Amino acid sequence: MAMIEIKQLIMRFGTFTAVDGISFAVERGTVLGFLGPNGAGKSTTMKIITGFLAPTMGQVSVCGFDTAMAPVEAKRRIGYLPEGAPAYAEMTPREFLNFVADVRGLRRDDRRRKLDLAIERAGLGPVLEQPIDTLSKGFKRRVGLAQAILHDPDVLILDEPTDGLDPNQKFAVRALIKEMAATKAIVISTHILEEVEAVCTRSLIIARGRVLAEGTPLPDAGGWRFGEHQAAPGRLDAIFRRITTGENQHQEIAA
Amino acid sequence: MIRGMIAIFRRELAGYFATPVAFVFIVIFLLLTGIFTFYVGAFFEQGQADLKPFFMFHPWLYLLLMPAIAMRLWAEERKTGSIELLLTLPIRLSAVVLGKFLAAWTFTAIALALTFPVWITVSYLGRPDQGVIVAGYLGSLLMAGGYLAICACLSATTHNQVIAFVLGVIVCLLFTVSGTPIVLDIITPWAPQALVETIASFSFLARFGSIVDGVIDLRDIVYFASLIIFWLYANAVVVEWRKAG
Repeated sequence: MAMIEIKQLIMRFGTFTAVDGISFAVERGTVLGFLGPNGAGKSTTMKIITGFLAPTMGQVSVCGFDTAMAPVEAKRRIGYLPEGAPAYAEMTPREFLNFVADVRGLRRDDRRRKLDLAIERAGLGPVLEQPIDTLSKGFKRRVGLAQAILHDPDVLILDEPTDGLDPNQKFAVRALIKEMAATKAIVISTHILEEVEAVCTRSLIIARGRVLAEGTPLPDAGGWRFGEHQAAPGRLDAIFRRITTGENQHQEIAA
Repeated sequence: MIRGMIAIFRRELAGYFATPVAFVFIVIFLLLTGIFTFYVGAFFEQGQADLKPFFMFHPWLYLLLMPAIAMRLWAEERKTGSIELLLTLPIRLSAVVLGKFLAAWTFTAIALALTFPVWITVSYLGRPDQGVIVAGYLGSLLMAGGYLAICACLSATTHNQVIAFVLGVIVCLLFTVSGTPIVLDIITPWAPQALVETIASFSFLARFGSIVDGVIDLRDIVYFASLIIFWLYANAVVVEWRKAG
């Protein structure tokens, strides 16, 4: 059974169609990368999977629970880092994580163990007692990440998890994602192409609310294949541009 | 589900005390009740051992203070984006709405409880009817709940706390004065009798006035209770409907 299953998702805001018939499934052990220009519908799709928005049409199930029929059951199994990693600014990371643990109903030993693990994995030790609004952007992002992985969910939805981080922090977050990948189904969104190569086992190029191409890495770090297109390691940008804008299609293939 | 609601409740209540604003608010509330009771209400000059001069200004105080307490409940979540986090936690929306409202109501109850020196004063000076005073306090708290439910719902319509405050004052004003000549003189000449009576029956002033007089009418309690339930329901509807915006 796929951990995330999405069928014919459509989301309209008034006359604007943000998501236009997206379907896909994610298995355990997969890190799926949403790749696409700004405004492509990546965040909207994530908001629908996590149950924040109800789609205009289509179906989403998480671990077998339909998000429209059993929203609370589905939400229990999801960890979500929203875009910009919002949190309650006046709380300290410890207070904030305790609050999330309370709402999620974690108790006693299990609660203590999970809190300790999330704090350790996100590297929050040094700032646990400082109000979140005094933290740097990197630490704020890690607070959001700790909150998302706190209950050891089967499904992780991370909206731009490394946005605004310095290279070392990016490396640490990617290492964490890879570490958790084996036991979970993870979806990340990004517009950084190197990130896809660094952590993803599959990738969807999304633009104007549609899936334009699906890619998988070639064996032996031999680059990526998106349908008929093939990219050498580190050369995803040309393919991305070709697929999302349609430019230079014939010359490049001829070359 | 109760556990989740308690978590929300505790976070919101702690949120009030996280900044000095809560203490400033309580001081202002106590100062204003003091000024109204002893100067405007002429508590001593009346020479009567009751708390009518104290209670009779509560609707007007609440008119400004309750929107100030409730304005941040949802508007702040919208502004910072934390609403997205909150509503993707495994908890029903009704529990979130209720937890937030109860936190604001509890904060108000704490402020109201701190007016106890007035009660001690009147009991020291004379022999007031304690039952009437208890009714006054409960009635005041119930009315505050009505104002808070209105303002919590309006807070969910915007991400700007100032707008939430202004909307709250306007709607609370309508409910406060609906039974007074201010409104009735305008509508009586043209509106059908039934409509006039309906609008008049919404008045917080009239209903609270009778409670303060010691007349506990079940209809007044049912009125405030159903008003709270109605506005909390509307609150949930507004949050659901305005999520995308």
